[in-house]
Amino acid sequence: MRLTCPLCGERDRREFYYYGSDDYLRRPAEGAPAAAWDDYLHNRDNPAGETRDLWYHEAGCGQWLAVTRNTVTHAVLAVDLVAPVAQKRGRK
Amino acid sequence: MPRLIAKSPLAGSWPVTHGGVSLSELVLEGITSVAVLPGGQNAVDKALKPLGVAFPAPGRFTEKAELRLVWTGRDQAFLLNGALACEGAALTDQSDGWACLRLEGAAAADVLARLYPLDLRAAAFPPGHAARAALGHMSSVLMRVEGGFEILVFRSMARSAWTELEHAMQHLAARAGA
Ligand SMILES: [Zn+2]
Repeated sequence: MRLTCPLCGERDRREFYYYGSDDYLRRPAEGAPAAAWDDYLHNRDNPAGETRDLWYHEAGCGQWLAVTRNTVTHAVLAVDLVAPVAQKRGRK
Repeated sequence: MPRLIAKSPLAGSWPVTHGGVSLSELVLEGITSVAVLPGGQNAVDKALKPLGVAFPAPGRFTEKAELRLVWTGRDQAFLLNGALACEGAALTDQSDGWACLRLEGAAAADVLARLYPLDLRAAAFPPGHAARAALGHMSSVLMRVEGGFEILVFRSMARSAWTELEHAMQHLAARAGA
């Protein structure tokens, strides 16, 4: 498996650290109901098909990446930097 | 006041050659990390103008004479052999944190192919290209220059990097019967 880092280019899977679902990018706001926190922390889908998860380019640029991939075909559909999205959200 | 004598990270490691590939230490005149602050790119570009180098694109370096600016991460570059004053970036002195190794010779890319999981052939990685990548298990900044490669590694790993590179050179030379 190879991931194309938007900054570093195509790299071997072993350069990346796997974190988990991109649900971690959608942290509930302050005062959100307990159910939202339950979903955020514990409840994950296990799709046969397209999924999006977080990877860290440990042996490269040191960026967090959101990887869209297909768990059935193993196709990697998109690799996006997390930081610009997170920065934009922070400015709102 | 006592005058301290600065020792380079690989002081005492003399240049070695195996199979036509040479390994030596390159002593740099300072390394400054240039981490562009949000909204600071214009100020950085302006400050770089008099130095004659542009901020490098990902995976590239720019240079003018001895001075070089190499991409090291998102909105970050290392300035080698130069000084910069600029409000648009967080500037930190990294001079004593890194060692620089130089690998020269026709088969230099073949030596590195044993340690880097990258396509380093001249067509894919020509002079002016740079990469953040692991040399074996060590973090490094790899740069393709005319005639060879220059590699930045953490100073604490300078001798490990040297040893690994020399082993790869020896293995390649032995295979070639050199
Ligand atoms: Zn990367």
